[in-house]
Amino acid sequence: MKLTHILASAAMALGLATTAVAQDKTKVGFIYVGPVGDGGWTYEHDQARKAVVEHFGDKVETVYQESVPEGADAERAITQMALQGADLIFTTSFGYMDATINVAKKFPDVKFEHATGYKTAENVSVYSARFYEGRAIQGHIAGSMTQSNIIGYIASFPIPEVIRGINSAYIHAKKVNPDVEFKIIWAYTWFDPAKEADAAKVLIEQGADVILQHTDSTAPLAAAQNAGNVIGFGQASDMAEYKPSPRVSSIIDNWAPYYIDRVQALMDGTWETKDTWDGIGPGMVGIGEITDVVPEDVKAEALALKETIANGEYHPFTGPLNKQDGTPWLAEGEVADDGTLLGMNFYVEGLTGEIPQ
Amino acid sequence: MDLSSITPALLLASLMVAATPILLAGIGELVVERAGVLNLGVEGMMITGAICGFAVTIETGSPLMGFVAAAAGGAGLALLFGALTQVALANQVASGLALTLFGLGLSSLLGQDYVGLKPVQTPAFKIPLLSDIPFLGRVLFSHDLMVYFGLGLVAAVWALLKYSRAGLILRAVGENHDAAHALGYKVVRIRILAIMFGGACAGLGGAYISLIRVPQWTEGMTSGAGWIALALVVFASWKPGRVLLGAWLFGGVTVLQLNLQAAGLAIPVEYLSMSPYLITILVLVIMSADKSRAPASLGRIFHASG
Repeated sequence: MKLTHILASAAMALGLATTAVAQDKTKVGFIYVGPVGDGGWTYEHDQARKAVVEHFGDKVETVYQESVPEGADAERAITQMALQGADLIFTTSFGYMDATINVAKKFPDVKFEHATGYKTAENVSVYSARFYEGRAIQGHIAGSMTQSNIIGYIASFPIPEVIRGINSAYIHAKKVNPDVEFKIIWAYTWFDPAKEADAAKVLIEQGADVILQHTDSTAPLAAAQNAGNVIGFGQASDMAEYKPSPRVSSIIDNWAPYYIDRVQALMDGTWETKDTWDGIGPGMVGIGEITDVVPEDVKAEALALKETIANGEYHPFTGPLNKQDGTPWLAEGEVADDGTLLGMNFYVEGLTGEIPQ
Repeated sequence: MDLSSITPALLLASLMVAATPILLAGIGELVVERAGVLNLGVEGMMITGAICGFAVTIETGSPLMGFVAAAAGGAGLALLFGALTQVALANQVASGLALTLFGLGLSSLLGQDYVGLKPVQTPAFKIPLLSDIPFLGRVLFSHDLMVYFGLGLVAAVWALLKYSRAGLILRAVGENHDAAHALGYKVVRIRILAIMFGGACAGLGGAYISLIRVPQWTEGMTSGAGWIALALVVFASWKPGRVLLGAWLFGGVTVLQLNLQAAGLAIPVEYLSMSPYLITILVLVIMSADKSRAPASLGRIFHASG
C-alpha cells in the first residue's frame, strides 16, 4: 500500500501522470475525551468513525486522538490535527467548546464539528443528541422498579446537558412513583472507573436500588452487579455485557448517520454551519433492549413512552412544572423551548440538594 | 441533609477497601525508598499489574493466579527500572517518569482484547466467628483476602525494618551506600531486590483495582493512585505505620465525601472533592514535624568506584 503510494507520487512528480490527479483523500479528524475502549461515550464516537471509514472506503482517511483533556491542552491537540491537514474535525466533548472556536479562527479553511456545545462560527457546527428523551424512559423504568424509592444518580459535571438528564429522569420517575427520592453524586469526571465504582457503592450503601449514571465507564454497573438486586442502565453505549441485569436498558448514542452525512456534505462542497439537535425520532438516540427483568407492563409503558417521544406527540419537559424553589416554570401543557433546555441550570421541583456552581 | 442514611459500619468497611490499593503500592515504595532508590514509576507499575492480573484471571479463571501475575508484572517492569538505574546508572527521576509513561502505554496495548470483559469474582472472606461480632465484624473481618494481606504486609515490613538484620542492612544501604559497600554488602543487588519488591506491591495494588474494587479493565483506570501512594510515603516520613494511617485517612475521606454528597450535605461539592488530598497532607505534615527525615542516600546514584 505504502510502496504503491510512493511509486504513484514518484510517477506524478516525474510528470508521467498526464491526467489531473484527483484531489487528495478527505481527511477527517476526531478528538476524544476518553480512551476508545471506555465502553461508553468515546467508544460510540469511534464506532461512528469506523462507520465513516466503511462507508467511504478509500475516499477518506481518519485520524483520532484519545484521552485529550478538556482545557488548554485540547487547543494544542486540535491545532495539531488541523496542521496535519485534516479537512473536518469532530471535537467530541463539551469541554472542547472554547478550544474548538479558537482553533477554528486560525484555520478558516478547516471545518469543525463540536459535540454538545452551543457556540458556532462560520466553520464550526454544533451537534448533540437529545439524551434527555432517553432519560425520560430511564426515569420511568427506574421509578417503577425501585423498591426502596431511592434512586442514585452519578453525575459528571454541572453543565446543562447533565442537569437536563437529571431533571428528565426525575420528572418521569416521580410521575409513576410520587415517593421517589434522588441521591446525586457529582463525580467531576467523565471517566474514572475507580471513582465511579466508589460512587455507585456509596449510593447503594445509602439505600439506592437503581443507579443512573452520566459517566462513561461500566464500573457502576459492575458495582450494581456485585451488590445484587440493584439495577442500572447502559450509558452512551449499550453495555450489553451486563444484560439482563443489572443493565435493564440503555441509552445508545448513534453518531454514524450524522458523521457520514457531514463528511458527504464536505465532499460535495455543501457543508455549512448547522446546529443539530436530534433525538429518538431521527435515530440519534437509541434505546437499548429492555430486558425481561423489567416487568411486562412497565416495559410496555416504557416502549409506548418512547413511541410518543419519537413521533413528537410528547415532550419530556411538558408542564405543569415548577423549578426547585417552587417558582412556576412551565404552565399546564406548555413545553420547554430549546433555548431554556440548552442553558438549563436549575433543578425541577422535588429534587433536593444544590447544583454545584 | 440526611446524615442518618450513612451507616458507620459500611462507611468504615468501604474505607478499608478504598485504602488497600494505595496502601499496597505505598508500602512497596516505602521499602524501595528506604533502600535509597526513588522510583517515580509507581503509577506505571500499578497499571501494568492491573492488566496482567486482569488478563490472567480472565484466562485462568483464578483470581489467585491473577494476583500472582500482577505481582510478577509489576516486578518485571520494576526490574527494567532497576537495570536502568542500578546497572546503567541512569537518572532515577527521569527513569521513573519514563517507567510510568511506558507502563501506561504497555497496559493499553496488553489490554486491547480485555475491554468489556468481566473477571471471576473474588469472594469475600469472612473470618469465622470474628465476622459475627456486631459492627466490628462488618468493619474489620468481612473483607477479601487482599485487605488482610495488605495489613499483614505493613506489619511485616515494619517488623522487618525495625528488628531484623535484613532490615538493618536495607536501611544502611539507603542511608549511606558507600559505607554499606565498604562493609561488604552488595548495594546494587539489595537495591534491585527492593525495587522488585516495590514493583510487585504496586502490581498487587493495581490488580486490586481491576479485579476487586471496580472490577473490570479500562485504560488508565488507576487514574493517579500511584502518585498518591508516592506522596503518601513522603508525607508518612518513610514509616510503615504512618503509611497505613495515611492510606486509611485518604481512603476514608474519599468515601466519606461521597457519602456526604449523597446525603445532600450543604457544603459545595468542590470542597468535598479536594478534601481527601487536603486532610491527608495536613495530618501527615503535622505528624512529620518531628525529627524524621528522608533516607540520606535517597535518589543518589551508587557506583562501587565512588
